[in-house]
Amino acid sequence: MDSNSLFYSLELVAGSGNTLNVEKRTALQTSLVILKKNYKFHRVLFWGKILGLKEDYFIAQGRGEDEMKDKKTLYSFNCMDWMLLAPATDSVIEEVSKTAKGSFVGDPSYVYEHVEIHRPGGRDDAIQEEVVTKVNEESRLAVTVHQIDEEASVVPRGAYLKSPHGLVQINRSFGGLSHSEAGKLDNFLHFSKAKNLKKKSILEMGDLNPAIDFLDVLSDDIPKGSWSLQLECASRVLVLRSLLWPGLTFFHLPTTPQHGHIYIGDGRKNLDLPFMI
Amino acid sequence: MESTDGNDAKSEQRLKSAAVLKSFMLKSSTESKLNLYDHLSRVLMKVMDEHPDNAVDVIEDVSREVKRGLFEDKQSTLRDLPQTTAAELLAEQQRLLFSRPEEADQEEELMDTPLPNVSEVAFYLEQAGVGLGREEMQRVFLALKQLVESQGLPRCRLWGKILGTESSYIVAEAEYREGEEEEESTEEAAEDEERDVEKEINPLPQSAYRPPPTVPKEALGTGANKFAFYVCKEPGLPWVKLPSVSPAQITGARQIRKFFTGTLDTPIVSYPPFPGNEANYLRAQIARISAGTQVSPQGFYQAGEEEGDEEDEAPRDSFEVNPDFEGVPVAEMAESLSTWVHHVQHILQQGCCTWVNLAVKPEDDSNEEGEGEEKEEEPDEPEPEVGPPLLTPLSQDAEMLNIPPWTSKMSSVLTSQHALAVLRSNLWPGAYSYASGKKFENIYVGWGLKYSGEGFSQAVPPLPQKEYPSGPEITEALDPSVEEEQVLKEALEEEQAAQEEKDDTDDPEEEDDDD
Repeated sequence: MDSNSLFYSLELVAGSGNTLNVEKRTALQTSLVILKKNYKFHRVLFWGKILGLKEDYFIAQGRGEDEMKDKKTLYSFNCMDWMLLAPATDSVIEEVSKTAKGSFVGDPSYVYEHVEIHRPGGRDDAIQEEVVTKVNEESRLAVTVHQIDEEASVVPRGAYLKSPHGLVQINRSFGGLSHSEAGKLDNFLHFSKAKNLKKKSILEMGDLNPAIDFLDVLSDDIPKGSWSLQLECASRVLVLRSLLWPGLTFFHLPTTPQHGHIYIGDGRKNLDLPFMI
Repeated sequence: MESTDGNDAKSEQRLKSAAVLKSFMLKSSTESKLNLYDHLSRVLMKVMDEHPDNAVDVIEDVSREVKRGLFEDKQSTLRDLPQTTAAELLAEQQRLLFSRPEEADQEEELMDTPLPNVSEVAFYLEQAGVGLGREEMQRVFLALKQLVESQGLPRCRLWGKILGTESSYIVAEAEYREGEEEEESTEEAAEDEERDVEKEINPLPQSAYRPPPTVPKEALGTGANKFAFYVCKEPGLPWVKLPSVSPAQITGARQIRKFFTGTLDTPIVSYPPFPGNEANYLRAQIARISAGTQVSPQGFYQAGEEEGDEEDEAPRDSFEVNPDFEGVPVAEMAESLSTWVHHVQHILQQGCCTWVNLAVKPEDDSNEEGEGEEKEEEPDEPEPEVGPPLLTPLSQDAEMLNIPPWTSKMSSVLTSQHALAVLRSNLWPGAYSYASGKKFENIYVGWGLKYSGEGFSQAVPPLPQKEYPSGPEITEALDPSVEEEQVLKEALEEEQAAQEEKDDTDDPEEEDDDD
């Protein structure tokens, strides 16, 4: 959620159970402003918190010119000193998904190891190669943040525009979804590179506006039912919770342009989802 | 002359094509009855009036605004009936929360209220980083007050919130009123009567199958049923009491992994089949979470005075508040787990808190079988299950699934003299406890599911039963054909004839003897 709206948006997502105490909130407000100046971000978001066994990571994200591509992620333990996370490349993602299991420990230099025994040259050979992949928790953190952004970051339809040059920017004239629109999952989009756009039929494409509908719709997610749409805070705020990444909460106040999402959880994907719905 | 004529012709051509374009633009659209010419002129007039920044970038929005403006004008004769939003409906119901009954005496307010100091609890929870937000907590506490007044409960506290896919449950834990009994016995009696009537009409063959004995439900006020739980969807809506939990439901809940939907009567479709609907599943999970995560500072509670020897097998389940408790310094509480103890009984493998020996035969078996089977019972006697006794410190909690069961920290590092010790459960994500001096509280806000480690794998259905072992007595054989039967018949007749001859030769010898 945007650092400018931090002081009221935390109340709106508190329905999921986790909030920040006053001390952390004030520390964040100060340090995010400094961060924005130092890194020359256009916008700074408080992305969320990843809970570890010993320590918790606070994550912030800065956005540049293009909201989708110019992203930098930083982490901190005390909301004051921030460290930059390296962007997650495909090879790192693969290594982490093989190696890292269980909860986050809370120590960025902790090393996860995974030993695989290869037998090159057929099964009869006695030569065994042990392939050890080591990944440290910092890369695991970067990969987790990247995956959550890819799979679970949500924006309402119309909040972002894609210019003809391909730049994704905030829509200054977004007035918010109406009450009836906000009740439908179709009006919420994934904020990541679209994968399903080409699969739509021409009939569906006719109703869409290419400047707004350049992202995937949430209701196309498989399995169906992996998002929970509810009204919170005396039914004034619309809250979307992801069941695939439990801890991700998106809020939107209908008929106002206020929206945002935050992740507070242990950073593990819920792979048992098909059993649980 | 020719060039001017040529120019004239060209300009005439241009005028003509302009006229053509204008008539094209004036053509009104079949759908919206607007035409492009009028629309463009309105848009340009709006741009002239307003002079927006970067007009070329926002021109599409301006165009849309103009169209929308026209549309509303045409519909002014019919006014939209304002639809009541969900917020308005809920606000009506929540108004009742804020009404103060007129008969409230001054005396009542000075006595011990059944509720804890709600604003203080909300403040501490916020310091710990848990909770539902200030306003929502206030609404929840007002709803709890309403519950206590309507049900007349001796004591009540907020247990927490369980999130569901369609809506969530706010759960309140309360002590049973004195003299409350099970309400389900009447239902069972009605069912029995129906069955008896059916039997008289159509006596069906009785099956000899007896299902394995089930562990009986614990009595209200003991074990897993020590407290009553009430749930509601939103503060202000009516509270519903959850049924008491049975051990079969607890063992069932241990084997499945399902999200809650938010409606209490949804059936739970799972394997192994869960005995009950969502209300029972919710109650079972609440019982498991309470048994696993409700903790208090050591020394706050002490064992009840009725406890006899320590060699008693029955685990003690009573405790009382220790009046001499001084409070443990916060830094110590945040560092070591032995300063916290569980104050809810552990639930055994069987599903209840006190072990029940199922191998005792019921008395209505016929006596003939009784004697023969007594000898078999002794080697089969199951071992009693033992759980950790009440008030064990957390440092003795087993480490499951390679993670420490608890994480503790201080709520603030900068002002540590006024900080709280916060304890977070890793086995039940969402369970938090805080302590500061003599005050402590537990709360659960989460999905109601246990930490599953590497992944949940559903129970496998049992192997199909083996068939009866095939032997000669049940193998089919071909029926003998007519020729074979004839041969066999002739052979038998020959044998018979030979036997009769032998008898005949024997008989005359006997007759001679008689003579």
